[in-house]
Amino acid sequence: MATTTSEETTRPAPLGEELLRVENLEKYFPITRGIIFQKEIAKVRAVDGVSFSVRRGETLGIVGESGCGKSTMARCIMRLLDPTGGKITFDGQDITRIKGNDLMRVRRELMMVFQDPYASLNPRKRVGYIVGEALQVHKQGTPKEIKSRVQELLDVVGLNPEHYNRFPHEFSGGQRQRIGVARALAIRPKMIICDEPVSALDVSVQAQILNLLKRLQRDFDLTYVFIAHDLDVVRHISQRVAVMYLGKVVELGTARDLYEHPKHPYSGALLSAVPIPNPRRARARVPVVLEGDVPSPINPPSACRFHPRCPRFQPGTCDTIEPLLERKEGSDSEVACHFPLETWPMSDLRLPADSTPR
Amino acid sequence: MTRYIIRRLLWAIVLFVAITIITYVIFYLVPTDPARLAAGRNPTPAQVKSVAHYLGTDRPVWYQYGLFLKRLVIDHSLGYSFADRVSVNTDVLNAAPVTASLVIGGAILWMLIAIPVGVFSALHPRSKTDRVAMASVLVGISAHPIWIGLILSYVFGYIPSSGHALGFSFPSFTFLPIQGYCNLRGASQGQVCSGPIQWLYHLILPWVTFAILYAAFYVRMIRANVMETLNEDYVRTARAKGAPELQVLRSHVLRNAMLPVVTMLGMDIAIALGGAVLVENVFGLPGLGQLAVTAVGTFDLPVIIGTVVFASIVVITFNLLVDILYAWIDPRIRLG
Amino acid sequence: MALLDVRDLRTHFHTEDGIVRAVDGVSFSVEKGKTLAIVGESGSGKSVTCLTIMGLNSGRRIDISGEAIFDGVDLLAIPKDELRRYRGQRISMIFQDPMTSLNPVHTIGRQLREAVQLHADVTKAQANARAVEMLKAVRIPRAETRLDDYPHQFSGGMRQRVMIAMALINNPDLLIADEPTTALDVTTQAQILKLMNELQRDFGSAIILITHDLGVVAETADDVLVMYAAQPAERGGYEDIFYRPHHPYTWGLLRSLPHLATIGEDLKPIPGAPPSLLNPPAGCRFHPRCPYVMDICTTVVPEFALVPGSGDHRAACHLDEETKQREAATILTETLADSA
Repeated sequence: MATTTSEETTRPAPLGEELLRVENLEKYFPITRGIIFQKEIAKVRAVDGVSFSVRRGETLGIVGESGCGKSTMARCIMRLLDPTGGKITFDGQDITRIKGNDLMRVRRELMMVFQDPYASLNPRKRVGYIVGEALQVHKQGTPKEIKSRVQELLDVVGLNPEHYNRFPHEFSGGQRQRIGVARALAIRPKMIICDEPVSALDVSVQAQILNLLKRLQRDFDLTYVFIAHDLDVVRHISQRVAVMYLGKVVELGTARDLYEHPKHPYSGALLSAVPIPNPRRARARVPVVLEGDVPSPINPPSACRFHPRCPRFQPGTCDTIEPLLERKEGSDSEVACHFPLETWPMSDLRLPADSTPR
Repeated sequence: MTRYIIRRLLWAIVLFVAITIITYVIFYLVPTDPARLAAGRNPTPAQVKSVAHYLGTDRPVWYQYGLFLKRLVIDHSLGYSFADRVSVNTDVLNAAPVTASLVIGGAILWMLIAIPVGVFSALHPRSKTDRVAMASVLVGISAHPIWIGLILSYVFGYIPSSGHALGFSFPSFTFLPIQGYCNLRGASQGQVCSGPIQWLYHLILPWVTFAILYAAFYVRMIRANVMETLNEDYVRTARAKGAPELQVLRSHVLRNAMLPVVTMLGMDIAIALGGAVLVENVFGLPGLGQLAVTAVGTFDLPVIIGTVVFASIVVITFNLLVDILYAWIDPRIRLG
Repeated sequence: MALLDVRDLRTHFHTEDGIVRAVDGVSFSVEKGKTLAIVGESGSGKSVTCLTIMGLNSGRRIDISGEAIFDGVDLLAIPKDELRRYRGQRISMIFQDPMTSLNPVHTIGRQLREAVQLHADVTKAQANARAVEMLKAVRIPRAETRLDDYPHQFSGGMRQRVMIAMALINNPDLLIADEPTTALDVTTQAQILKLMNELQRDFGSAIILITHDLGVVAETADDVLVMYAAQPAERGGYEDIFYRPHHPYTWGLLRSLPHLATIGEDLKPIPGAPPSLLNPPAGCRFHPRCPYVMDICTTVVPEFALVPGSGDHRAACHLDEETKQREAATILTETLADSA
């Protein structure tokens, strides 16, 4: 496998310093209607007031089901989409509205790895070009320097540098995702946003890529925002995890807290829905199966968006007062719920009879 | 759906105005004076001027265009030909049935060829029949319609009537006519024939010529669509249900595969109705294409504009019909 | 007697590049009312195996050999039209992607009715009644009013329920589910798995569940077949596969999964990628990726042999029994440590 050059490990790694801060981020997509003049009749509230921060060197995992807004959020942070509201601060700079050269400069430090290793690489370009494109765009060296840098990168991600001139279709799915990672690494970013980077891969290959990402994080002092729907994968790679539901963060805490003592009923239901690859344990537990589908983000439920599906729903509270993401006593996690779970694992998420909002 | 149709109609009007303005402007950019052409041989400048005044070409462009719009909207008239002062309405109304007969008959013929051949090819890819069909398609697409028309005229018209071919002689006879058009009902002035049989008889070669070109396109398109649909998951679902192949084809493949074909067909018929110039030319059919070509030759603006107006109305109407038809076939659009 | 007994099944596709041996000597059986899970990575031949049994492979030049005895009849030997009568009536199938598995231009009522009327001479009203009954069985709310709806008016989870309703509408003996929950969200997956479980109990159908997710296998399977590169690597009861795995590929799969004990550690993935089925490795097909490879593995194809002292637990590996038991025990402590 690859070795790391010494110069790249020299950057300091002061863990704890804030690298990315997202405050009250909103992204609405308008739905328009009209015969000649389009007027907005509704909006899809894809991301609706999300706040979190990521410290240098850590991995923040983001989990949630389709339609929860996790990918839209990632694209807002990358500024591939313009946020409707809120503020994004990256490395001390407000990047919410920057444009042109300022944005180019930020994009050198903030890269993205996509889900589909088949679709995200241009099939007509050679691997050397794909990986080195960012270097050319940002004018990082002569063609010769770029080539040797690209070969070094291929080596770092565990590909044969000799394959510089091959096309993406000559590689397997896992190798293509390695190319995607090499491309993201090319201009030594500070942060990589991984959007479902292993979802399209087989388990044995998925494990290879997860190991690669962890090794690169150590070697290059990288910070990750890691988006996935596979809870086991997220737990494996993240220090902290945010759970999203319908455009909002419902729980945010350390991976350990979240997985061992989930507080939000949705987190609990999500965890309990994950199949356990251990038959005796899988068959012993009584899963909490949520009924129905995720509601439409066009017209989300009032107050707590989870209330129509929540086993702990209390009329008059959950459907009228919006729970804020806050730390409850006796816990390090932040949770947006009036009636957080007291114990875990539990076979029944229903509320004890005498509970009052905390 | 109603909103959608209204929006399409409003756009159609905008489009219509744009097309006619462009036609006017182009006409005035060409350095020829229609008045001089209409004023007879060696006209004096005074004669030309009076003719120009009579035709209205001495007025500014915007005035002429306004006049044209006023006539069209209020009097439903397309004006009068510069060349012979005949009402353009009459010209267009005489030519339209000819083109319509050619195009609609041709379309029916080409679909009758294209659907079975395309579907069969898709079901038996790389079979001998498929290869022959694909080779013919290539010929059909590559061959120029005038060339096809001339070859057909020669083989089915000229050879039988000449009485010899390939060194053999035989009693000459008329097999198929190669020129002219006969009205379906009632002969108009100057025509020698009329009635359904003569109409059909005179249109056989034009239809075949027209159909060869389009059938080739449609065989290829239908084949591709059917092959794509055969790979759809819901087709596999239908087979997994135990549906016999014929039922799978009828109820799960053809309808879905024909969706894009309907759109293409609507567009192609509309465009061809605006003037199937080449085929009309080869077979001497007095259709819209011929009318337009003749008018361009004599800078007869009202006739040119008349054919443009008629063609755009046809195209726009067909587009609208196709959209409605499509929505009717595809519930995702109807109910989406 | 087993409901379905597949023996030495081979499906070879002739392509322009050569012969793709997509299934190459697979044997297994499915008992009445039980669930067999077929596990493997993409390209391992698990889907093609089932499509072959159903006679649903697409492509023109295919060689099929072996037997698939269903209730005393070899499905591979009977005429096409006879096999068609089995499909949808005695053997049904559901697929991975519920978004594309229903015809978008027909109402779901029509598609459900079609499934009934293909196999029974009933009136439209009777077929409709049956359709409503099934939609209720798969817990679709307001079933009566939804017959006239089109697939795009249903969510992904609801469409998979419609697919299940359609598959079970004729009360089949065997349901083949090809990655039925892979395209679904985890909470929806839990709903569908629970539903399939309940329906199996009520209807008594046997299920072949094709999946790549060992978690899903652990939740649902009675028996498990692990496939690698078109061949069976290991087969046995679910306890055999999870607690006494006897094949290095199974070990690799179990070790690849992230779980509680791997936090802060590197995972132990299987190196490399699965081989091309155009030109698979000689000997044991897993040998180029196998950490336990020996000389014999590169030349001699291992027998799919019974594990000593077991009921019907088989594995195709040259390693000696002692090593296998030792490794199996290590993996158990490594991977299932959090299960205590």
